[in-house]
Amino acid sequence: MEHYISLFVRSVFLENMALSFFLGMCTFMAISKKIQAAIGLGIAVIVVMALTVPVNSLIYNHLLREGALAWAGYPDVDLSFLGLLSYIGVIAAIVQIMEMVLDKYVPALYNALGVFLPLITVNCAIMGGSLFMVERDYGFADSVVYGAGAGTGWALAIVALAGIREKLKYSDVPEGLRGLGITFITVGLMSLGFMSFGGIDL
Amino acid sequence: MSMMKEALTKPILQNNPIALQILGICSALAVTSSLKVTLVMCISVTLVTACSSFAVSLIRNQIPSSIRIIVQMVIIASLVIVVDQLLKAYAFAISKQLSVFVGLIITNCIVMGRAEGFAMKNPPVASFVDGIGNGLGYSVVLFSIAVVRELFGSGKLFGFEILPLVTDGGWYVPNGLLLLPPSAFFLIGIFIWVLRSVKKEQVEKVEFKITKNTRSVKEAF
Repeated sequence: MEHYISLFVRSVFLENMALSFFLGMCTFMAISKKIQAAIGLGIAVIVVMALTVPVNSLIYNHLLREGALAWAGYPDVDLSFLGLLSYIGVIAAIVQIMEMVLDKYVPALYNALGVFLPLITVNCAIMGGSLFMVERDYGFADSVVYGAGAGTGWALAIVALAGIREKLKYSDVPEGLRGLGITFITVGLMSLGFMSFGGIDL
Repeated sequence: MSMMKEALTKPILQNNPIALQILGICSALAVTSSLKVTLVMCISVTLVTACSSFAVSLIRNQIPSSIRIIVQMVIIASLVIVVDQLLKAYAFAISKQLSVFVGLIITNCIVMGRAEGFAMKNPPVASFVDGIGNGLGYSVVLFSIAVVRELFGSGKLFGFEILPLVTDGGWYVPNGLLLLPPSAFFLIGIFIWVLRSVKKEQVEKVEFKITKNTRSVKEAF
């Protein structure tokens, strides 16, 4: 149990997807002007991550990795080069299915998340989660915890940034820095803040 | 011909993918702590952008619009797999350093953005040139950041010593902050500031105008 709690805390704070690996930056910058929108996108990312990382982990461990096809009678086959293609396919498919399910059964949530769902397919944080899972060789249970944790970390970061940017609107920023420039510097400062979590080990 | 030239040079400063279109920032930040890695990343992204634009443009009239995103994804993913395998075969050390970021070229918005925004409407050769141009625009930003980070962070360029470090008996005390991730954010912020001070038309409009302070200094104190 402690192992999982430690993994969760590490993926939320220490290895924050947005602030220490810079993943999902494009949407991070573009959708962080309003807190409401940021919360919607954050929740969507948590859900999609918690689903795609474990599914990709199953696919990698039981179909793609070297010797994984032994159950089908092909112990020497190594399909790991097909990894990138299958992960992105899984992500696109899950996002599409989620969109349809939400539309049918939870229309209120669908209307709130609607515009963000297609954006998530090209969010590097989601893809990055799956790739880190492969690189660090997480098992199935680990990957569930890791997916949920990494998604939560990303959501936390974007909501915090949106809060800062809503206040920042009323400040007098030098001309060339307005908008994108000052946002980058703000994120840099936030990232410095998150570095202070470094070294915490549960 | 002039259109080709424009497609090649415009994205470098006037319509820079990173500074103006806000595309492809993720990898810009993560791979810039050493020049050698940056160079490999720039070449990979430029090649993938150009080739995927070319391929998408070739079949643009055959793709049904409802599934175009998936088709583009498959083309891009296949090209990235080729790049990944090549790097693993010929530059294994660098491929290990880039770790997941080679795979993340798939979700790099520059590649997708150019395929969707330019290649779907233009002939193959023009799309190829546009891809190269945008790749170069990306490389310009990455390179300028990597030069600053490597030179002042570890006193080297491409691994050769430029500023002799104190620890090796020289005079330069390296700025460790530049090797840490947050410095990349500050450097891109400053890059955008410089670019927009030169090209005033890129300055963003303010949402909330602050009124001038009308009190005189004497009244205030």
